[in-house]
This record gives sequence, structure tokens and C-alpha cells, in this order.
Amino acid sequence: MAMAWIWSGMVVLSLLFGIATGNLDAVANAAMEGASSAVELSLSMAGILCLWSGVMEIMKVCGISDSLARLFRPLLRRLLPNASRDPETLAAVSANVSANLLGLGNAATPLGIQAARRMARGCGGIASNELCLLVVLNTASIQLLPATIASVRAAAGCGTPFDILPAVWVASILSVSAGLLAARVFSGWAR
Amino acid sequence: MNLSSFVIPVLLATVAVYGMGRRVNVYAALTHGAEDGLSVLLHIIPALVGLLTAVSMFRASGAMEWLSGLCAPLLERLGIPSELMPLMLIRPVSGSGALAVASDIITTQGADSYAGRVAAVMLGSTETTFYTIAVYFGSAGIIKTRHTIPSALIADLTGFLASALAVRIFFGT
Repeated sequence: MAMAWIWSGMVVLSLLFGIATGNLDAVANAAMEGASSAVELSLSMAGILCLWSGVMEIMKVCGISDSLARLFRPLLRRLLPNASRDPETLAAVSANVSANLLGLGNAATPLGIQAARRMARGCGGIASNELCLLVVLNTASIQLLPATIASVRAAAGCGTPFDILPAVWVASILSVSAGLLAARVFSGWAR
Repeated sequence: MNLSSFVIPVLLATVAVYGMGRRVNVYAALTHGAEDGLSVLLHIIPALVGLLTAVSMFRASGAMEWLSGLCAPLLERLGIPSELMPLMLIRPVSGSGALAVASDIITTQGADSYAGRVAAVMLGSTETTFYTIAVYFGSAGIIKTRHTIPSALIADLTGFLASALAVRIFFGT
């Protein structure tokens, strides 16, 4: 429902602002142009997006995501000590993190949900500290190759769409750390 | 030549050689994955049509400028271009909405402009927070989310600030 409100709000505000500033011609044109630019954008994104989805699929089939998951196990054991006692939860969480890193959103969500369900058992609908941590980890993006955004930049005529990668990594690491730290501090207060 | 023009060919070749070494049909996997990419794209086109229509109208009417101006003095002090205000507002709520707003910023300001780069890094380093929380807690049957939302929003805010900072470090303004 949130999107319905946002979309309607934007359209109504555009009409009101258009009348107030006398830009109604431009607003009408913009509506038509916006709709067709959406299809243009999607078409020019399609190539890069498909190529990277293909590369990610190769990585998955080769077992690179499994090795990544193994790599993260010790770290996750320290982050989620209680949940990690259950080997199946630990396996789901580490597969979730590695799928997120590789940008396999469609694979990451079911794995994360599986882990969250196991962690939520017997807690009576109240999120445990570790479950909060798992969800915060998933609301912060940790992606090695943000293919979608690179394809948008390429569609805008950028010659080096991937040159933002180091900046994305730095920003992601800072953002994830801040989220985890905040969750730690808040869970301390609750005790 | 920069580092990223080195990364992509090397990554493609490494994945191909590694896969062949493990007797994986890399070409079949590549095309199968590309098909997945296409179906993802097919699913976001309807949302993009609706949202880019609204975003273009919003910009043409002058409402975008008004929204950006609301917090401009504060944002400028933090090194965030005021054009990014709408992106930061929609980012935690809607993934395709954020994609529409970011692509609008990237096309109008230029992909290699400061604002265009910060928009790209923001989109790459944050997630659709409220959607993720709803999906996870909804399917795990959690009613009391406790400190998840404030923590996740702190992560988003840090991500926004860090995006501007990282772009300044790697590219200058």
C-alpha cells in the first residue's frame, strides 16, 4: 500500500505544482516521455544485466557460492553464537550471506527466511537479538558486483560503468558495520 | 587504464576457466542465468513505467526541486548534493522506485557527475529496508521487531553519508 500512496502523492503534487508554476504543458509531456523512457532504460540495461546474471549462474553451478559460504562460517559463528549451534541454521545463514554477496537476490531471500524461521521457533513472536542481527544484515546491502546500477550507468552513456565498485564496497562495509553495531548497542540497552 | 577495465575481462576469463576445470558446461550456465536476468527485468518493467512517469512529472512540475530544496542546507553541509533527497526518501521503501529516481538523477546530472556517482553508490550500498523487514518477520511469524527498524535505518543513513564520502575519496567532487 505504501507505494500506492507515494505514487498517487507524486502524481497529485505534480498536477498542483504544474498549475501553480504554469508548467502544465511540460508535466503532460513528461508523463508521456517518462513512460517511454522506462522501456528505453530497461532495454539498454538488459544486455549487462543478462550477462552478469549469466556469470553469477556459472559461479553458482561451479560451487563458488558454496566456498564463499564456508568462508563466512567462522565469522557468522561469532556474530550469531546461539543460532549457530543448530548446523542447519548456520548453513542457511552462510548460504544467505554468500548469495547476497554474489547478487543472487532470488536465492538469498528464501535461504534467509529459512534461517529466520528456525531462529524464531519458540520465541512467541518476539524477535531475539540474533534474529534482529540477521534481518539488519539483510537490510544492508553487501554486494560484490552491483550489476543493476552498473547497467543503469552504461545506459546513460557511461564508458566505465563499473568504476564505482571500490566506492560501493567502502560505503557498504561502513553501512553494514553501523547497522550491526547499532543492533548490538540497542540489545544491550534492552537487557 | 583504470582498475575496473582490468577486473571485468579477468573475472569473465577466470570464471570460464575455473568452470571448465570443474567440468561445468559454462555456456549452458551462462545462457540459463541470462534467461533469469531477463525474467527479473521483465518483472520490473511495469513498475519502472509507472514510476518513471511519476518521477518525470514530478521533476517537470518543479515539485522535485521543492522537495530537494527542503533539506538542501543540511545536505550540503554533509557533502550530499540536494538532488539526492528524493532518492534517500524512497530508497528504504521501494526498490524499483529507487531505481527509477536514481536513473532519473544519473541521466539528468550525467553518470560521471558527482551527484550521478553518489546516486549510483547509494543504490548499490543500501537495500529496500522496509520491504526486507516485512518479508523476513512476516514469514517467521514475528510481531515484535524490537530494535530492528532503528538499527536498519542507522545502517541506511550511514550508507548514504558513506556513499558521498567514498565518491569524494575515489573521484573528488
